Parts: sequence; C-alpha cells; structure tokens
Amino acid sequence: MQEYNMIVIGAGPAGMAAALEAEKNGMENIIILERDEYIGGILPQCIHNGFGLEYFGEELTGPEYAYEFIDQLDDSKIEVLTETMVLDVNDKKEITALNKQKGVLKLKGKTIVLAMGCRERTRENIRIPGDRPSGILSAGTAQRYTNIEGYMPGEKVVILGSGDIGLIMARRMRLEGADVKAVLEIMPFSSGLVRNKVQCLDDFDIPLKLQHTITRIEGDDRLKRVKVAQVDEDFNSVEGTEEWIECDTLLLSVGLIPENELSKSMGLNLHPVTGGTFVNENRETNIEGVYAAGNVLHVHDLVDWVSEEAEIAGKAAADYINNKLEKREQKIKITPDKNVTYTVPQTIEYTFGDKRFVKVFMRVTEPMEDVEVKFSNNDKEIISYPKKIVMPGEMVTANLPAALVKDEMEEIKVSIVKKVGENNG
Amino acid sequence: MKIIVIGAGVIGTAIARELSKYEVEILLIEKEADVADGTSKANSGIIHAGYNADFDTLKGLMNVKSNPSFDKLCEDLKVPFERNGSLVVGFDEKDLKKLKEKKANGEQNGIEGLEILNRPEILEKEPNINEDAQYALYAPTAGIISPYELTIGYADNAVRNGAEVLLNTKVKDLIIENDKVQGVFTNRGEFKADLIINAAGLYSDKIAKMAGDEFEIHPRKGEYHLFDKVHGGLVNHTLFPMPTETSKGILVLPTVHGNLLIGPNANVINDKDDFSTTSEGLEEVFKGAKKLVPSLPESGVITSFSGLRAALPNEDFHIDFSNNKKALINIVGIQSPGLSSAPAIADKVVEMTKQYVKKNNFEIGQKKDFVGENPEYPHYHHYEENDEVEKWQEIVEQDEKYGEIVCRCEHVSRGEIIDAINRPVPARTIDAIKRRTRASSGRCQAGFCGPRILEILSNHLKIDPLEVTKKGKGSKILKARSKELILAEIEEDSKVGDQ
Repeated sequence: MQEYNMIVIGAGPAGMAAALEAEKNGMENIIILERDEYIGGILPQCIHNGFGLEYFGEELTGPEYAYEFIDQLDDSKIEVLTETMVLDVNDKKEITALNKQKGVLKLKGKTIVLAMGCRERTRENIRIPGDRPSGILSAGTAQRYTNIEGYMPGEKVVILGSGDIGLIMARRMRLEGADVKAVLEIMPFSSGLVRNKVQCLDDFDIPLKLQHTITRIEGDDRLKRVKVAQVDEDFNSVEGTEEWIECDTLLLSVGLIPENELSKSMGLNLHPVTGGTFVNENRETNIEGVYAAGNVLHVHDLVDWVSEEAEIAGKAAADYINNKLEKREQKIKITPDKNVTYTVPQTIEYTFGDKRFVKVFMRVTEPMEDVEVKFSNNDKEIISYPKKIVMPGEMVTANLPAALVKDEMEEIKVSIVKKVGENNG
Repeated sequence: MKIIVIGAGVIGTAIARELSKYEVEILLIEKEADVADGTSKANSGIIHAGYNADFDTLKGLMNVKSNPSFDKLCEDLKVPFERNGSLVVGFDEKDLKKLKEKKANGEQNGIEGLEILNRPEILEKEPNINEDAQYALYAPTAGIISPYELTIGYADNAVRNGAEVLLNTKVKDLIIENDKVQGVFTNRGEFKADLIINAAGLYSDKIAKMAGDEFEIHPRKGEYHLFDKVHGGLVNHTLFPMPTETSKGILVLPTVHGNLLIGPNANVINDKDDFSTTSEGLEEVFKGAKKLVPSLPESGVITSFSGLRAALPNEDFHIDFSNNKKALINIVGIQSPGLSSAPAIADKVVEMTKQYVKKNNFEIGQKKDFVGENPEYPHYHHYEENDEVEKWQEIVEQDEKYGEIVCRCEHVSRGEIIDAINRPVPARTIDAIKRRTRASSGRCQAGFCGPRILEILSNHLKIDPLEVTKKGKGSKILKARSKELILAEIEEDSKVGDQ
C-alpha cells in the first residue's frame, strides 16, 4: 500500500487549491485523484465569465480560472492521477481506487482532503409526476452537452429553478438559438446571484415566473409539454392558475447535493442542513487529519470562496503533519441563530497561533436589507458587521477576530438582524 | 418448422428460450427498441411463494409450479435472484384469522416452510416495522429478482441457441389463409410461420382479436418509488400488507441491487401507453408503505415509475389455442404473478407446441447443441459486493476498458457498457444500457454519465450522436449541433429583413 502525506480526492477548484496550499506550507508527497479525464472539475464547462473577482481581482471565465491553478500544479511536485475513481475510503484513511492503466490501487494518506464536489438534484428528487420521455435533464448536463460536447439538447426550453446554473443556461440556450420559454422558481425570490438574473434573463427578455412550479410532464418519446402552476406560501399549486407550456426540453436547476458517499463510507455524519460533514475552523472533519472543502462541504455560489476555503484546509493539513497545531482545552461551538441557516465551521478546536481571525461562512434564511452580522457569546455581542443586503442565494462571510475569542467561551452564536439605532422610515 | 413469438416481455422471451431447445426456427418480434420494455421492466420484481392464489386458478398453478425452478434458472442465465422470504403483516385478531387461512391455502398448494410469526419474531426479522404489527405470515420461499434482467437473460440465451429477435417491429395484422394463421404483417414487412404465439402482454387482446378471439385487457396501473441504496437495509424481507380483492397491496421490499422499493398502488386506466406517474398515486404509495415501515425517508427517492398489469376481467391467466383460427396460441391476462409464473407458462406453451406438432405431422427434435447457460459478464459491483475488489485487477490487466468507471453512482466501467452493446440481444439505447449494466440508474440519474454513455453508444454503433435515443423511436437525446440553431435563426431573420 503506497503512503502519502496527503491524498486529495477530486481535482476541481477545491482539490487543486488544497494541494497547492499544502505544498506552499512545506508538505511533500501529495497526490490528487481525479475521476474525470481532465482536471479543473466543473470549471472547464463554465465558459461564461464572472469567476475570480474576489480571488484574483479580475473577471475570468471558468476555464481561465481553472488554468490559474492547473499551471501552478504543472510547476509543482504534486502528483495528479486522472481517470481514477475512488471507490472506497475507510476511517484508517485507506483508499481503494480504480485506474485504467494501473487497475485497483490501494493508497494510505496521513491526511485526506475530501473535495468531491456536488451533484445536481434530479426530477425524481423533487417528484414531478407524469411521463418519462427524453428531453429532461439537469442544467449542468445540458451545459456539458453544449459547451464540451458541442451539441444542443433542445430547441424549446423551459427551465425549472432560478439557481445560478439555471440562469446561466437560460442565456446559453438563447445564445445558441433556442427559444427559452420561461424560468420557473418555486420561491418568491430568485435563488441565484442578482447579477446573473439581470445579465442572463432581463437582458434577453426571458420571463422569470416566481412562485411557479411544474405539476406534470407529458410526452411519450420526447418531451411535448409541461404543466405550470402558481404556488401559494405552502408551495401548493393554486387552482385555476395552471397552464401548459409546449417545449421539447426541460432543464432542472433545483439545487445541488454535496457528494458525500465516500465521507459516509468513512463513518462521518452529515450536517442536516449543509449535507456536508461537520468541520472545525481548519475544515477538519470528526476524523483527525481528514479535511473537507468546497462544494462537498457546503454548496458555494462563488468558486473564489471554494479556493479560499480549500486553502484553509490545505494549510491546516500541512501544519498537522508538521506538528504545528495545538488543540484548545475546550471546543467552541459556533451556532446559527436568527436568520442564519447554517455556518461553516461549526466548531473552533485549535488555538489560533499566528491566525488573526476565523472566517465564518453562512447562509441566511430570508432576504433582508440593512442588517448586521452579529457574533455573540452568552447574549453579549462580540462583534458585528453591517451589510446592505443579504439573500439566501448569496453566501455571507464575516471574520471572527482571534483577539476577541476567549478561552472560556463555549458557544458563539451568529445572527443576522435588522440594524439597531437606525430609522429608515 | 418456424415459430413466431409476438412480444419480447418475460413471457415471450421465456417461451423463445424454452423452444430454442428444439429444432425449430424462432422469430421473436417486439415493437419496442429493447426486450423487457413493457410490464416486464416495471413491476415489483418478486417471485411469489404462491400461497395467495387458489390452486384451481391457472395463475395459482403456474406460480406454484414455477417457484422452485428459479434457483437453477437464474444461475444458468446469470440473473440476480435471492430468496429473501416474505411477510404478510397483520395488525389484529381479524388479520390473524386471514393469515391462518392463507397459510392453510398455501400448505394445500404444497408450499413449504410457511409460518405464522408473533411480534417478537417479526421484530427479529424486521426491526423497522410498524410498532403495531402483531402477526405475520412468513414464506421463506418467496424471492426477489431483477425482472428485466431475467427477460434479457432469457432473450440472450434464446439468441445463443439460434432464435432471432426483431426489435422495433410492430405487428399490424395477422396473415390468415384457410382459417389458419400463416404469419404476421409488420412495419418491416411480412413474416411467415407455421405457428404464432401471442405473448403481447398489454396488447395480447388486440393481437387475439386479429384472429377473431375476443378478450378485453383492462390495464391496471401500479406506481412505485425506488430509494437510494443507502436505504436498502431498511427491510430484509418483502413486506406485504393484508391483501384486497384485486391487489396484494402496497409493498416494501429490498431489490436485488440493494435499493429499497415501495409500491404498487392499483388504478384501472384506459390508455395502455400511459406509463405516467401521478401526484395522487405517488402520495398513495407513500402512505401505504408507511403503514408497514413508518420511518421511510421521503427524501431518499431516486426515481419513481409506473407499470401496467395486463388484467382480464376474470383476473386469471388465459393460455390456449385460438378459438377461431388454427396455428395461434393466445397468452392473455398475464398480470401478477406473471413474472413468478414465467417458467411454467413457457413449459406449458412448449407442451402445447408439441401437441400441435404431433397433430399437424411436423417434427421437432431436441437440439443436441443447446447451451442453457449464459456467459458471466464481469460486473464491478459484484466484486465490490463480495469484497473481492482485488480480483478486478486481473480483469483490468486483460482489458483496460474495465478500469475506467463511467457511471460514478453505480460504479460501472466502460468495459461493462461495451459488453452490453455486444451481447446477443444488443443494447441500442441509453435505457437498454441501463437495464444491462445499471449505468445511470443511481442517485444522479444520468447527470454525470449520460453524455459519456451517449458517446460510447455513438462510437460503437457508428451512428451520429444526434441519433442516439433514450428508448428508441422519437426519444432522441440531442437536437442539433452547436451553432446550427442560431445560424438558422440568423438566416431566417435576414430573409425577413430583405423583404
């Protein structure tokens, strides 16, 4: 069994950044295992721009963003094995993988980074009844056909879900000559980035129907039409609002699921909200030396933050190997409070060392304006940051300064509340 | 002698395989793009013990006769089958009385091992069962099977033994001369034969009518939910509620592939092509299944589907020569337990064929070189399930195609997909690949592997990717090459501009 200091599962943005950061921090003997024939994860098929504003300070396309890291990997000593499917990982950090040339591989890692990304929810996950014709596919699969394979999956398109992939694909289909009939969203607000709603729908006169969903699918061989209905607050369809839309293609952008089958095989439990593992501030899971980063941990809307998060994991893994980490006497729990759906990390377990802050990622439950992100301990505010607007579709981040975190704290609550002391009326 | 079998469901393929043991020419005709594309692909996938039906019904007899033969059959055909046993679950004394009646009925039919279990005994077998479940009828000889793999296994074996399968071929009428059926008219021309066997499932009444035989199939729809493999261990046995007049009720069972399956409900419909699911139906299935296992995770569903039972008004099977024309055998009304009865039905039809042969002075001898076994195609998931992953190394060393995983959810390699394309009844569609390899049947439902399977099909069949279909006919996956649509639109616009 070949041993490595670090085995990274997945060569998408998270895996690449974690491995590179570990090497920068003095780690050697690193391998990345990638199931696809190329590295970069989903980025190579994301040919639109909008990547890198946060991380590189410039606007890049998906492939360009990926190449920033791929070039660095080429210059590094990191081993990359493509077309290698990890089939099993156990809690002893032993990996079984399958590779075309080498066959069945058995590897053991002193550290492991889980960077498997996520998959798209399917028609079945949201249970739309009706026929089962061809022409129904996830937005990401349609993106692969269009941008990698060079084929259009359809001409008359309805898109269910206004997540970013749905919005991007609405524009992409239109640019390729398809008639995009509508984008439907069950919530009263779009779940994608605001800029995507403007640039992908408004600029192309594609209607966004909020609080609408599909109640039936028809077509024996190929999709013929879908029945669309308005929904009330409990997501039940409102009688009398149903209409049929003729289409040959239905793209689904109805959410992403972190792909944690391997994490489960290691015995890790999953967070009920994020669908990812539980992690501390180093993105370390409940198994020492096993880290998770990127969309396998929680679904991000910006790749920039995936890279940043993976670097946290990569550096921590290097520090772990080099015995630079010191555990706290007691863990600090980070708990979501008012209007916060979840936070990553969920605990702080190590002393800060030279770290000046812990960056906390979170999502809000409901859209709100003029708010503050507040950290508090025993109802006493630690620090708060003003935000103009927060939306469920856009991840919120805030730094928890090391200097303000005291050893005796057991729990730090994070809430997003209306700013006090200001009267907007 | 030449025999045409109409319909490549489990019954038609079973008959073709059993007949292929004899010196006859067999032509199996199927309207869809693959075998097992009707009722045989969408059912509970269980081999009933046989305690349910009365022994004086044909279906009861066929079921009981067939049950013991599945072990050898599935070993020969390389079809996943497991005798996991079944429990009919009762909640009170009234149910107990009925369970005892069933047990007596089963024992009269010669079914072995039937037992009435009390609550502690049930719990030992099924820890997740409803806490109000008090009694159960346990039938150890009940089993689970992959119904479409059984059909494919039969068909492959028939072809290995000389039978011919014509897919995408729809029978439009029977050729009848001198009161005798002489062959069939199809969309692909005429085919003559000395004997025609109508195993057309939902459409067997329509075929029979072409010879003047009156039957009326009333399709009864059953809807199902299939759960992710992580929930496969929720139950160990096939769990039945107390049955009603027309249905054995909504079941909860493990599948041979390790998933969990719930369903079916039972609703009579008119349209034989209506395989749609309904929101009411899907709800009903959940409600019914939760009566047996309340902790069913609704979020664990990876696919929902429906199948149609080809039921006759008298609820029994009909297997007989035509009343009106010579040289036609009608097999009509094969609903549940049709899958469980397939071997005995095929045997019966072979006997009828021999009778016919004798009466009409044909001669059919036993084939000397008949090969009853199908070859074992390597499947990675078998090695995984048996904890023999190391042995897969040899297979990859011989052919690296087996080292490249295409379907990530079910761990299916490129080599397995290519094998499916090269089998005796070759896979020609995405769904046909799925049924032979499990590729795209997992939790992502082809999200990742769909484009890759399409490419493999296109490469190996040497067809344009635009021609690849999900399930034949008009079910193409792709519409156009990149830029074709937009260039056409621009040209159209410029024409309008010129005017």
